[in-house]
Amino acid sequence: MYKYDNYDQAMVDARVQEFRGQVERRLAGKITEDQFKPLRLMNGLYLQLHAYMLRVAIPYGTLNSGQMHMLAHIARKYDRGYGHFTTRQNIQYNWIKLEECPDLLDELASVEMHAIQTSGNCIRNISSDQYAGAAADEVADPRPWAELLRQWSSFHPEFSYLPRKFKFAVIAADEDRAAMRLHDIGIQLVKKDGVLGAKFFVGGGMGRTPMIGPEIRDFVPAEDLLSYTEACLRVYNRYGRRDNMYKARIKILVHEIGADEYRRQVEEEFAHVKTLGIDPPLAEFERITEYFAPPAFSADADAKLDRSDPDFAVWLDQNVKPHKQDGYSIVNISLKPIEGISGDASADQIDAMADIAERYSFDELRVTHAQNIVLPHVAKRDLHAVWSALRNEDLADANLDLISDIIACPGLDYCSLANARSIPVAQKIAKRFENLDRQRDLGELKLKISGCINACGHHHAGHIGILGVDRKGVENYQLTFGGSGAEDVSVGKIIGPGFDEDGVVDAVEKATEVYKEQREDGERFLDTYRRIGVAPFKEAIYAK
Amino acid sequence: MPNNLRYRDDEASDQPLVALDAFPGQSNATAVRIEPGEDARKLIPHLDRLALIEVAFPAFRDGRGYSSARILREAGYKGELRAHGDVLVDQIAYMRRCGFDSFAPDAPLDPAAVESALSNYDNVYQGAADSAVPIWKLRHG
Repeated sequence: MYKYDNYDQAMVDARVQEFRGQVERRLAGKITEDQFKPLRLMNGLYLQLHAYMLRVAIPYGTLNSGQMHMLAHIARKYDRGYGHFTTRQNIQYNWIKLEECPDLLDELASVEMHAIQTSGNCIRNISSDQYAGAAADEVADPRPWAELLRQWSSFHPEFSYLPRKFKFAVIAADEDRAAMRLHDIGIQLVKKDGVLGAKFFVGGGMGRTPMIGPEIRDFVPAEDLLSYTEACLRVYNRYGRRDNMYKARIKILVHEIGADEYRRQVEEEFAHVKTLGIDPPLAEFERITEYFAPPAFSADADAKLDRSDPDFAVWLDQNVKPHKQDGYSIVNISLKPIEGISGDASADQIDAMADIAERYSFDELRVTHAQNIVLPHVAKRDLHAVWSALRNEDLADANLDLISDIIACPGLDYCSLANARSIPVAQKIAKRFENLDRQRDLGELKLKISGCINACGHHHAGHIGILGVDRKGVENYQLTFGGSGAEDVSVGKIIGPGFDEDGVVDAVEKATEVYKEQREDGERFLDTYRRIGVAPFKEAIYAK
Repeated sequence: MPNNLRYRDDEASDQPLVALDAFPGQSNATAVRIEPGEDARKLIPHLDRLALIEVAFPAFRDGRGYSSARILREAGYKGELRAHGDVLVDQIAYMRRCGFDSFAPDAPLDPAAVESALSNYDNVYQGAADSAVPIWKLRHG
């Protein structure tokens, strides 16, 4: 994976010093909270219901075990012994003291990590496919492209006061494991005549107005990547709406002027920007790409797996995925224990995952947008040892992509924007479907919960989505069906009137019963819903 | 204007600022003001006769002026480029990179704080309107 050179390290160190000065000015009362707010937000520090929340960037979700150990250390020293992995492949700490923040950032910088641009109306952490470098279906590893974009977007002088936040995802396979088309800019690496390039989708997003990003350019060669991206951003910075923060994302601009007109403006801008010489030479691509060379895979990694332990066998079937290298597997670690909190891990668990990665996965881990962790390169002969080590830390839940593998935002328990709680609803649903055989019978079923219309819990992209709203002072939950963040991307539709907390759990259960009655061979819940429509579900759910 | 900061050696223009809308009709005008929603490209045919372009920042959050500045510099404008309005100390470095070389902030800035803000970073990751050499170029010569 990527390693900082002296230039990268100096940039991050300088940012810590700069922020230290800003915090000192704030604590001394030299700047007001109003003036401090955009500065701390540019560094991932939010004032939440109870304390400051700090969001630490994990670029394209990749980290090594030393970095993972640091995340555990920070959870112990500066928080209450927990970290919360997010849908943007980052980690958040919910109990941070402002005066300790500069020291915390210094410690992060010592392992090549930072919180730069993890909030604010700027270009955020670049996300990617959690199986990058391990999946058989990728045309290339997408992470060098993401790293190039990370560097270009860091401290970008023109695009740090955009109309609204700006999120990129970069993938390199037809199977979309990163909800790419629900990003402000989604990039899919493709090959054309044997040459690698980027297909651009612009104007996707969730939030109040979910949109699927239309394709804007079918091929951007590597040597034009930054120029073309700069053109996309400049058109947005100049013409994105600033009169209403709820209409300020690029999806609204692209929707209002149309994809064709947006494309025309970008091409015009690109023709100009390309003359400025802002694209690095291919040698820089190659320099970065070398860091992502495959690890030294072993020729005798393969093993005949002993499936006699049924718990191990079910974990193999559910959480372990094929690797592009013979003898290796991709291991998913679920952070969704029944009645846990989606994406939460204790400092001890984080340390344990780091140790396991160091020993069994070439020192590498990934964070997924579904708030789980991946060990990307595990030898088959080690799978049982990995499973045993994970089980010792309560990290061996075999529920990947099942109904209890729920994405949920922090909700009203932590977030100052939320209208309703998300965590207790997720916990009740998981509890209702606790039986793993029952979950596995239902198959892949992506359930996602947001505690307000801002949709941090990706409910629009849920096969089943739940949106918490405030209805005359009472928490109310709306159900949406038919969303998907994958390559069959779609936005879920509200099925009817909302429910109270227990009511929505009952409604989800009834929906699964309709699915079981109606499904045809091989159909997932989503497929059955798409085939038969909402009517049979509504009939069962709203029956008097 | 006691709040002003200027990073130029030439004499400051004392000509009255003309609004962009009115500018085409005033063939003698050498100083013009651009509001955030206005298209800086309209000035490109006239850059040779301009000594001062003022870009308005009514609110610091409105970043359109950063693009206006770069567009003017990319088109070859060499005169004074002034950021006026809600200009804060922590924005000066980015504004300098986008081509601004003078500042008329609504609230006075502490010159020492500005100096410090401008010297936080030794290098930059990307090319812009200033002469800073991006890190990728330093890496590859």
